[in-house]
Amino acid sequence: MSSRDRIAEPWGPRTPYGAGEPWPVRVDSYLEGGAAESEVDRWVRSASVLHSNGDGLDIAVRDGRIVGVRGRATDRVNRGRLGPKDLFGWQANHSADRLTRPLIRRGGRLVETDWDTAMEAVAGRTRELLRDRGPSSIGFYTSGQLFLEEYYTLAVLGRGGIGTNHMDGNTRLCTATAAAALKETFACDGQPGSYTDVDHADVIALYGHNMAETQSVLWSRVLDRLAGPSPPRLVCVDPRRTPVAAAADVHLAPRPGTNLMLMNALLHELIAADRIDRAYIDEHTVGFGELAERVADCGPETAAGVCEVPADRIREAARLIGDAERLLSTVLQGFYQSHQATAAAVQVNNVHLIRGMLGAPGRGILQMNGQPTAQNTRECGADGDLPGFRNWANGDHVADLARVWNVDPMRIPHYSAPTHLMKIMRYAEEGSVRLLYVSGTNPAVSLPELARVRDILTQERLFLVVQDIFPSETALLADVVLPAATWGEKTGTFTNTDRTVHLSERAVDPPGRARPDLDIFLDYARRLDLRDQDGWPLIKWDDPEGAFEAWKECSAGRPCDYTGLSYARLREQGGTQWPCDHEHPDGTERLYTGGRFWSRPQDCESYGRDLVTGAPLEPDEYRSMNPDGKAVIKAAAYSPPHQAPDAEFPFTLTTGRTLYHFHTRTKTGRAPQLQDAAPEVWVEMAAADADREGWSEGDLLRVTTPRGRVEARLRISGIRPGVVFLPFHYGYWDAPSGDASAGGRERAANELTVTEWDPASKQPLYKTAAARLERVATGGGRPSPAPTTTASEPVAGGVPGTRGGGAAMADDDATDARGGAR
Amino acid sequence: MKRVATAIEELHRAENELAEEFIAVSDRYRADHELFYVGRDLARWSQRHARDLAETGRDHGLRLDPEPPDDDTILTAVGQRAAESLGRLGDPGMLVLWDLRRLHRAAAGVSLDWEVIAQAAQALGDRDLLALAERCRPDTLRQLRWADAQLKVNAPQIMTER
Repeated sequence: MSSRDRIAEPWGPRTPYGAGEPWPVRVDSYLEGGAAESEVDRWVRSASVLHSNGDGLDIAVRDGRIVGVRGRATDRVNRGRLGPKDLFGWQANHSADRLTRPLIRRGGRLVETDWDTAMEAVAGRTRELLRDRGPSSIGFYTSGQLFLEEYYTLAVLGRGGIGTNHMDGNTRLCTATAAAALKETFACDGQPGSYTDVDHADVIALYGHNMAETQSVLWSRVLDRLAGPSPPRLVCVDPRRTPVAAAADVHLAPRPGTNLMLMNALLHELIAADRIDRAYIDEHTVGFGELAERVADCGPETAAGVCEVPADRIREAARLIGDAERLLSTVLQGFYQSHQATAAAVQVNNVHLIRGMLGAPGRGILQMNGQPTAQNTRECGADGDLPGFRNWANGDHVADLARVWNVDPMRIPHYSAPTHLMKIMRYAEEGSVRLLYVSGTNPAVSLPELARVRDILTQERLFLVVQDIFPSETALLADVVLPAATWGEKTGTFTNTDRTVHLSERAVDPPGRARPDLDIFLDYARRLDLRDQDGWPLIKWDDPEGAFEAWKECSAGRPCDYTGLSYARLREQGGTQWPCDHEHPDGTERLYTGGRFWSRPQDCESYGRDLVTGAPLEPDEYRSMNPDGKAVIKAAAYSPPHQAPDAEFPFTLTTGRTLYHFHTRTKTGRAPQLQDAAPEVWVEMAAADADREGWSEGDLLRVTTPRGRVEARLRISGIRPGVVFLPFHYGYWDAPSGDASAGGRERAANELTVTEWDPASKQPLYKTAAARLERVATGGGRPSPAPTTTASEPVAGGVPGTRGGGAAMADDDATDARGGAR
Repeated sequence: MKRVATAIEELHRAENELAEEFIAVSDRYRADHELFYVGRDLARWSQRHARDLAETGRDHGLRLDPEPPDDDTILTAVGQRAAESLGRLGDPGMLVLWDLRRLHRAAAGVSLDWEVIAQAAQALGDRDLLALAERCRPDTLRQLRWADAQLKVNAPQIMTER
């Protein structure tokens, strides 16, 4: 057992291993105030919630209070490891400013009230609108952080009860393109790969995926492979010099907005060098001919001109990928939040299809999620999908869902794809949506073009309901605020990026009068008196396990089949990958083994879309294209981004995250070790750009776009020239002098971002805006507050390293005996 | 043969008009960002087709302008037309549906024009012209489907608004 500063060493110590070996156990733990494990009363089963990795852990409880966490040695995801956000983030549960009572707006001010008054206000307004304006006047915007049981209940009450098509999750901002890319290629959502592919891969390609910061424990797995015998080679595509880029054999740093051209060039090289599996292509795919034609004129020289990446480096990357025996590819926001998002992410799938590398150890695709429960938002139908990956354009699927819910199929809106968030916001802007029910998300900081978002949310005619655990920037704009319980205070399940389902049990009581999100939704449904077609209550459960059982029925026979799971089984065997049914009682490690897909016209979740225009394909078009249920190879031509730098706005602004924070910092900003590691917004710029302007580390810069401005201190980092980076975590709830209306400095990156989205996935573009920079003040030798341990590492010396000190010391234990005993 | 030249000339005009329709719709719905951005992109497709037609037209003795008018010129012209139509439309809330319908009809006309050109090219054994039609007509069908898809998405909200 040893102890180390996990802010300074986010990935902990190495436990090297070789290809095909099991990842060694290393149990990480942190207890408040250096307490001993013997002082803990109980350990309560759970998993991590401040990223999408799903690290299995136990919550330590003492005297009815959470006092720490310990990784689960037996869990397939993390084998005992925890990242900094897992170790320290739980402390936010104890914050003094938790919402503990419902609030209601009276005379322009939010005042405390009781649950009955608050819920009656929400239900009453809903009833009024249903009577006067119909279900299309009501919208729901939920999260990627509630539990499966909560999303499913919300989907039933919204789609089957109220009958609105306007329900989406903030997964729209993080993982919509992952789902869209899978639906385009495999005609169905569902992660093909498994985290264990890291154990087997000989080449790992990371596309716009800074795994080291977004899934730090998965990156530990990669680091352990790199430290062991026969390490994998890494290819990294990222405009920043991330820890992944630093570890990569080949780093490609394309100009933002040109990912598709880069992918087309890689595909061009694979095809030209005949690094393709002709038999697999013939037997298991459709569309190869069009791809070959489309990328024929996308040679490395052409791409080099567009992407501003050396042609030889593109060739080198293609050679590595082409020579791989066991290729693992992962994709995240660098692709998903960028121009031509779905088209670019789909090309990663195409690499695997034309190389025939799918459904076998080390041969996998991980179209990553960003949030802990995003997968459940998608599969339960609380976002732009129907529950159980049912196809909204297939009448039989809608009828089947209506059977499960015992409602008339006409009651479930399916006249078009469920309305995506940006369109719901537009309906609210023009006044046809009059009630917006927001749960577990903070659009007033996380959506693009914040001035517009604030205007929409503060309209008099819009009734805004916010269900949250803190008085977020959005909650402060609400008409009614509903205080929710959070992780550790309620029971439910959630599913990580590689389809691993965990049970998370209630360890302690929620503070004050706060209630689990599930209870709040059930209360709302009861007040609306939602009924099925036989007059029975539409929602027939009243606790998490009941909701889980109902969901199992809804998932039966679908790709995300949960019927083999139960709370008892999850307690017994821990994290389990779906599909899990009577044929696969232990779950399923990889999808699409043997080239068998879920893409037959009668089965598939989606008929696909035009990758450029976003128009859905008609059922007949899909049927004639793919009658036998193969994988679909879709090609697309590069087009330049709409927001290109010019003389007035010469830089490309890209936004993103840092290892120590999550989203708008509602939790991580309230965990001292994490907050201190990255306390304030910064802006990154390349040394060449800073030198030309005569600016130095720590100078206060103003970043301006046509939509707003933000002030931040300069970090001269390894980002590519011409591009500047702002982290999006920093809003106004803890800004030193409030927001701009209170005379504070604007610091939310989304003041600057553009309202535009990928037409296929409807995911907003956070990665490409044209910006102008100027210096407001010199730093006087004081460095920027950016972390030094991550992609924001300074290129020059003289900046003190990011340290957590005594408060951030956590234990790690890599002795097998201990691991085995768990 | 003269008829083919006339058809090329007509289609050149029709593609330019379709581009204008797309730019007009794009401009009118600046706050409907998908209509705005994708509408502009789809206008460029038609302008590219017009440019290709101008080039092919030379082989048929035509002197067609390869360059489309700039967006501002287009907007000034269509702005006047739009103001007139808006005046005639009883319910401004319906405007977007009306616009998409018009766009769809214009694209449908262009797609049929391409079909005629393709059939003629086959009958004449004109490989260049056939290749051009085979390259462009799928784009036109995608434009058509986009207008249809946007109509499908927008109609329910507009028609049920009370």
